[in-house]
Amino acid sequence: MLNPDFNFSPKIFTSEIELKASRDGFGEGLVLAGEKNKNIVVLCADVTESIRMHHFKNRFPERFIELGIAEQNMAGVAAGLAATGKIPVFGSYAVFSPGRNWEQIRTSICYNKQKAIIIGSHTGLNVGPDGASHQALEDIALMRALPNMSVTAPADALEARKAILAAIDYPGSVYLRLAREKSLVFTSEESSFAIEKSSVLWLPKEDEKIKYSGIAIFVSGFLVYKALEAAKELEKEGISIAVINNSAIKPLDKDLILEWAKKSKVIITLEEHQIAGGMGSTIAEFLSGNYPILIHFMGINDTFGESGEAEELIEKYGLGKEAIKEKVKQILISKS
Amino acid sequence: MAKKFSAREIEKLAIDIRQELIKILLEVKSGHCAGPLGAVEIYLSLYFGGLLNYDAKKPDWPERDRVVVSNGHYAPLLYIILSKAGYFPEEELKNLRKLGSSLQGHPHRLSLPGIETSSGPVGEGLSQAAGMALGAKIDKKKWQVYCLMGDGEQDCGNTWEAVMLAGKHQLDNLTAIIDRNNIQIDGFTENVMPLEPLKEKYEAFGWKTMEVDGHNPEEIIKALKTSRSVFVKPVAIIAHTVPGKGIDFMEWEYKWHGRVPDSKEAEEALRKLRSLKGKIESELD
Repeated sequence: MLNPDFNFSPKIFTSEIELKASRDGFGEGLVLAGEKNKNIVVLCADVTESIRMHHFKNRFPERFIELGIAEQNMAGVAAGLAATGKIPVFGSYAVFSPGRNWEQIRTSICYNKQKAIIIGSHTGLNVGPDGASHQALEDIALMRALPNMSVTAPADALEARKAILAAIDYPGSVYLRLAREKSLVFTSEESSFAIEKSSVLWLPKEDEKIKYSGIAIFVSGFLVYKALEAAKELEKEGISIAVINNSAIKPLDKDLILEWAKKSKVIITLEEHQIAGGMGSTIAEFLSGNYPILIHFMGINDTFGESGEAEELIEKYGLGKEAIKEKVKQILISKS
Repeated sequence: MAKKFSAREIEKLAIDIRQELIKILLEVKSGHCAGPLGAVEIYLSLYFGGLLNYDAKKPDWPERDRVVVSNGHYAPLLYIILSKAGYFPEEELKNLRKLGSSLQGHPHRLSLPGIETSSGPVGEGLSQAAGMALGAKIDKKKWQVYCLMGDGEQDCGNTWEAVMLAGKHQLDNLTAIIDRNNIQIDGFTENVMPLEPLKEKYEAFGWKTMEVDGHNPEEIIKALKTSRSVFVKPVAIIAHTVPGKGIDFMEWEYKWHGRVPDSKEAEEALRKLRSLKGKIESELD
């Protein structure tokens, strides 16, 4: 059942629910951030409208810097601006930034301890028809390995709007992982979001007819809603699970993870990212030393994506609603 | 406030700095030799030529000029200069590259006062310097940004991305000083990856350029002075230097880029420098 303590959109699970990409929510949030704080400067590398920085550019042209297709320079210039007291927000498709400029981010931003907010848009298979070259599946691994860098993956457009505002106020650099494709906006204006907090969205229903299966799904980003849909259908079939929106990839919301590991028998991690080094890995690293528990990793298993529509790809690579339900049932069969 | 020396004093001081370099590199037994030895007059002229606004007692003074050292392997030279400028006691120099030392193998901003940015991986200092210059422009600040670069890092695509940006934004508050010593780890720059015509390349990207003898403090200081009065264009000063300057068996030998002398070689190097100093002193008398 939906967590009654979480402020969901009243339109959740209805046909009225809004469809919007997280990059759009980010673009709106960036303008709000620009209004609040005049030290914010925005840098982009020739994909300004595509990653929704054009709203900021139109509103604050004097604080927008177009770098051209030069992501390495973008990271360095951002570090230089940060050194003068600015708060740089820079971004591109994640394959290019932090893909192409990782070392500049490492040395100029992280080692230097300059605060910058890095926008990695177009992450995951949901990039769709552009194909594997443009589908970032390694960016969490790249960024979470860096000292002085936090990683957050909002689950919908509203969370993305809150995430950029939270990242500005956060004491340190933040990597903000965004998706190109529209997804259902299931959170609300009132729901809370913090860089270092994850949230329980679906609670296991427990009464005389149904008991908690012991399976908790930790999911982040574009796939969160799919996990909710799967949980809802599983509940109808008599299988009760938990779903946690693990938006806080680094730092982890350790208390929450530990709480749900202790309540559960098996954890499933689900992400549009390589299994190696992804969100699931962060949870496994933490739990293996604190509360060892069986973990099933659902993600991209050491392969590239391909062209296709977002939904087709999510299905083909086994990350959609049906695949989640299947995984839960397999675990239950193997345990019985 | 900043110390100031005359061009002639800098020439003499350069020998002392070279001796110091040999001594601390011998102590630590690793690091880079030829480049720092060749760039001594550049660093001295910048820090003590009377043009750089800084206060070693207030390293975070907001109105200071910024110096970005893009080629971080010049760390030993930078450290000697910073200690001479008064940022930290000279006794610290003996701790270079040692465990727990604030003198890291390559400069680390958070370890030592006077360092504007951590460096080591070459080719990204100019980006940061351009970012600082942009920040100063946005805030209408008058301070100048100096970026000390090597010539090897002119191979890097990142360098040219920054060169392009500085031209686009007409960053006349940015001066790059390129130590044109013609060597890099794998050999002579023109064999490894030809850079010439370097001056014309910078000009084509919208920069004003000047070429100087990188061992002539008077020329360097004059160019630095000129660079501050250039409008609408960033300035590149190409300083022609001799790698390993002052020690004949190191001069123009690219193998000395990334190695340091053993005790016998150091002794010989110090002897060469002593006789050079004697020569300069007798000229001064």
